[in-house]
Amino acid sequence: MCKSVTIIAIGLGLAAAPLALASPPIFQPGAPGGAARTLTPEQSIEMAQTGHSAADARFMQHMIVHHGQAVAMGELIADRTTNAEIALMGERIARSQASEIEMMRAWLEHRGLSTRMSHDTDMPGSMPEHGSHALASGMNHASHDAPSNTPVMPGMLSPAQMAQLEAARGTDFDSLYLTGMIHHHQGAINMVTALLAGSGNGMDPQLSEFLSAVIADQAAEISRMRGLLADL
Amino acid sequence: MKLTLRSMVSMAALGAAMAACSPAAEQGSETPPSRAGLAPGLFDAGTAIWNLELTASVPPPDGFFDLETVMIPLSLPAEAEGDEVTDDEGTGETTNVEDGPADEDGADEEDGGPGLLSFANSDLAFTGDRVIMGGFHGFNVYDAANPDDPAHILSVVCPGGQGDVSVHGDLVFFSTEQNRGRLDCGNGGVEGDSSPERFLGVRIFDISDLGAPRQVAAVQTCRGSHTHTLVPHPIDEDIAYIYVQGTSSPRPDSELAGCSGGEPDENPETALYSIDVIEVPLNSPEQAAIVSRPRIFTDYETGEIAGLWAGGALEDGGQTAASTVACHDITVYPEMGLAGGACGGNGILLDITDPVNPRRISDLADPNMAYWHSATFSNDASKVLFTDEWGGGLGARCRAEDPENWGANLIADIVDGEMELRGYFKIPGEQSDIENCVAHNGSLIPVPGRDIMVQGWYSGGLSIIDFTDSENPFEIAFFDRGPLGPDALRVGGYWAAYWHNGRVWAPEIARGLDVFRLQASGLLTANEVAAAELIRFDEANTQTQLHITWPDEPVVAHAYLDQLARSGALDETGLATVRRAIEGWDAGETDATSLAAAAELLAAATDPQAPADAHRMAELGAMLMRTR
Repeated sequence: MCKSVTIIAIGLGLAAAPLALASPPIFQPGAPGGAARTLTPEQSIEMAQTGHSAADARFMQHMIVHHGQAVAMGELIADRTTNAEIALMGERIARSQASEIEMMRAWLEHRGLSTRMSHDTDMPGSMPEHGSHALASGMNHASHDAPSNTPVMPGMLSPAQMAQLEAARGTDFDSLYLTGMIHHHQGAINMVTALLAGSGNGMDPQLSEFLSAVIADQAAEISRMRGLLADL
Repeated sequence: MKLTLRSMVSMAALGAAMAACSPAAEQGSETPPSRAGLAPGLFDAGTAIWNLELTASVPPPDGFFDLETVMIPLSLPAEAEGDEVTDDEGTGETTNVEDGPADEDGADEEDGGPGLLSFANSDLAFTGDRVIMGGFHGFNVYDAANPDDPAHILSVVCPGGQGDVSVHGDLVFFSTEQNRGRLDCGNGGVEGDSSPERFLGVRIFDISDLGAPRQVAAVQTCRGSHTHTLVPHPIDEDIAYIYVQGTSSPRPDSELAGCSGGEPDENPETALYSIDVIEVPLNSPEQAAIVSRPRIFTDYETGEIAGLWAGGALEDGGQTAASTVACHDITVYPEMGLAGGACGGNGILLDITDPVNPRRISDLADPNMAYWHSATFSNDASKVLFTDEWGGGLGARCRAEDPENWGANLIADIVDGEMELRGYFKIPGEQSDIENCVAHNGSLIPVPGRDIMVQGWYSGGLSIIDFTDSENPFEIAFFDRGPLGPDALRVGGYWAAYWHNGRVWAPEIARGLDVFRLQASGLLTANEVAAAELIRFDEANTQTQLHITWPDEPVVAHAYLDQLARSGALDETGLATVRRAIEGWDAGETDATSLAAAAELLAAATDPQAPADAHRMAELGAMLMRTR
């Protein structure tokens, strides 16, 4: 009973916040050795308005497609290998990339941006002339066209490579999967590196955490997969 | 003292709340209530509380809180809208990619407002009556002379996350790791991949003048500073060291000389596989600089720098562990010459008698641990408890379907300098899939005769466990709130929960600073609570663990005796004899004969097969002899 009273009290405290007559000072320090200046609460909030660059948005849109292929590769594993370590590794990669896809979609939607990859971008390797159909076949082996040898973006498997992976069994599959996923992960790391090389990119705190995680996680998985490949 | 309307309302309402509580102040219970299905809400969420009393909730200060930012969903529910990325048949088919207009992001810069985590509160540090709460936006200082009504007195804005914070004297040490971090604590980010304006590392602020806090130093590191740990010099009080745990990817040499990445077989100079040690001359902190980068993961036999876990599952069906390329956090225990490193794929024990050159003496990997995250020693350093931040803290990992030893605490005994696995603890799987939850930061509660720890579990609330028997840890108190909002996971909950000077202090990522008192129960008596509340430290940084010494006070003796009664180690006659002796002492009628007799009785009843009780009897007996 008393707990609900406490909660109401907290609620009142917050509701009164905008009416506060005077607040403790908010300082923004300068560079080391410099003097601090004071900010209003509104100025303080503005200090967190990191926004995002157009390249950040494109990166997220592309990475959704890129991650989608890892999920698709993971779904091939079940019928094609008996190697338990690879099965486990593939399942975990697929699961973590699927949850990152959800996170990236939320990031884009919160900013009122499309979750779809646009095709007139300056993303190296993108193929505006093929439009979305080529993109789909990069992911989708069910395309009616002959599988293309050109990946949708660097660091993805081409439709032909996806078809080859789908057709392989046993150790052939293991080898193709590991080689493909190492290539795929390296592609993601390259995408992060390319993004960060551009001015004003990757400033959003959540994006910054995500970029660090992509490099750390995927580099670790690459070294793990190299070990598995050597053991085949 | 100038009262704001806000604090007056809060205080008046708090008074009402406490008045309402006191008549009903129920005796704590031994049976925990359920924490499942608590109602969502920012400041009005449903709560479950067990053997604790919430005495203060200080909402985030103005300038450090934005409702819209706090309520940003981390991810969208999987069934949302028609733009699914993969279909349900598992073929990996992309169904969302259609011809359509290019995105609306033609402008070079978009001002989307603050992003998720922009105002997240993180760690705490304590000095005198002040509590300092770090965060992704800077740090806040509270006057906690009255711990049950902390007053916010100062804000310092310095964006860059995660704002891990320590204090020594007037100096505040502050971790920055994000790409947007600027040397001048400014906004607007940094141009390009190499800029002298970017700052990733440890900042030092001087807050001696609360009216003019200054940044006095900023020590750049190759991998930023995710966390840091203050390490005292063994003898020179004018020098402190900082262990810097950087987990970001290494910066290029073009931005910071001497930095490079890669695996050591290709690049022996890689900034991976090390920590940074900063030396701070406390009288001239502006001269702080890195003095060593110890390779604490080295295989000392082969000399291989990458000597520990390479990542992956330790056994079939086991957790996928991170690779050990960095430490996430290090807890030093200077009085023991030890440190516990929580380093991704391993928990390690370091000899830090030479703080500049720490050396690994033991390491553990474990099939249940995904990401070794933080460490806490028992007071006698016979045990070390590691947390596992499976999923990085943003995921829901305390659901019924999550394995009970994943994302948990791991407890090891330290036997002849080697760590040996003993047990695990995780809070019950009663959290929902929209509550981020995993084991997180905590500290010891100084109850004599027992190993008790309080810790945060993000949106899983805070929990207090007894791990005296390292194979059988159990929970004795908790507090939990419902999620921040309905339908989607939003990042909130307790970053940490630390005991300091008689209270539990808990920084809530979204909701501010909460303060708790322990409530006595069958699992923790009033004497045990009072003995814990006796312990005071002028300055405390949780990852710089301090040795606890209990004073010779009757309440401490009673606490030991309560434990002997609980375990049944003394029979009724024995308990009565010792109790009478302590009560005589408490009443000022110190009777040397009865104290000596009680001590003798304790010595005779000691059973070396029951080490916890044997320790209590030895401590209690020795105390009675000293006061004789």
